[in-house]
Amino acid sequence: MPLVMGMSMLLACQMLGELVARGLSLPVPGPVLGMVILLVGLMVRGGVPDSLRLAGEGLLRYLTLLFVPAGVGLMAHGALIGEELLAIVPTLFGSTALTLAVTAWVLARLQRRFGVGRHDGGNQ
Amino acid sequence: MKVPALDTLWVYLSGSPLLSLLATLVAFALAVRINRLVGGTPWLHPVTLAIAILIGFLLLVDMDYPSYFEGAQFIHFLLGPATVALAIPLYDHRERVRRLLWPLVVACMAGIFTAVTSTLGIAILLGVSQETLMSLAPRSVTSPIAMGIAEQIGGIPSLAAGLVLLTGSIGCALGPGIFRLLGIRDPAVQGFTMGLSAHGFGTAHCFARLGAVAGAFSGLSMGLTGLLTAFLLPLITGLLGLG
Repeated sequence: MPLVMGMSMLLACQMLGELVARGLSLPVPGPVLGMVILLVGLMVRGGVPDSLRLAGEGLLRYLTLLFVPAGVGLMAHGALIGEELLAIVPTLFGSTALTLAVTAWVLARLQRRFGVGRHDGGNQ
Repeated sequence: MKVPALDTLWVYLSGSPLLSLLATLVAFALAVRINRLVGGTPWLHPVTLAIAILIGFLLLVDMDYPSYFEGAQFIHFLLGPATVALAIPLYDHRERVRRLLWPLVVACMAGIFTAVTSTLGIAILLGVSQETLMSLAPRSVTSPIAMGIAEQIGGIPSLAAGLVLLTGSIGCALGPGIFRLLGIRDPAVQGFTMGLSAHGFGTAHCFARLGAVAGAFSGLSMGLTGLLTAFLLPLITGLLGLG
């Protein structure tokens, strides 16, 4: 039964998020708003119910699997991607590498500066 | 002859969700095994491998994507509640998140700006078509958001979703090397960076490889990046006169 309760809570938050996104025609997907709603709920309640943790952490453990069906959709664009492959692949590699490096560098520097004088704010 | 012909059986199987569901799970299990066999290298990410195996399988049995998705949508659907569930690790690490709020927001803006300008810059240099360019632009946000943005700025939504996934697997492959190069060992920084550059893929990778702290920060940056990009990207493409 806890799994049913936990799953219901997740789906309820998603539905609320979906309703808010559609109702206000926001460009943000419902599940992302659902995440915000659940976070606010947890803060108000001051703890994570066991049933929710069971369902949620079970799903997160298999998060990689959940991306597979959408990924197979790449086959529908094989022709288009193939045509511009020589431009797309270097673009993706180059800009992903740059993004990784810049983000990590900026955050590590800022964290070191902000973390000074605090117990565990700095690098481990 | 009482035995039904093989092709009637096939018609039944390919019309029911059973086959694609089973194929997805088996391909994933197989991909995880293969990845473990080759020492868990990020260059052969289980998800990328599973996708390749499934595409091969579908081409082999001549099944098109819509009929595959008919069955696989049951797995795909769970992405929604899983995204909501990201609030749990975020709540667990709320103290650390609160303390780092401003560095996180600034790093997020820097990351988005780098992602968008470097993508557009390199793609224009290499001379891609306008449609592809606008599908490439939102490639560093999680797919549902990327599809919405691509549509808004004149790209192809489903192509954008595919490019997002490619970006995710590339990010997982490049991440560890770049962290080593920059000497970054903090799981919070690694997680946040992976979530920003490789969104859902990166987050899943963090939970699987780097632990709950990295996973929580990755989920946070995925959400934050999605929200901020939705507002910033139309501005940036407008500024560059591409919109």
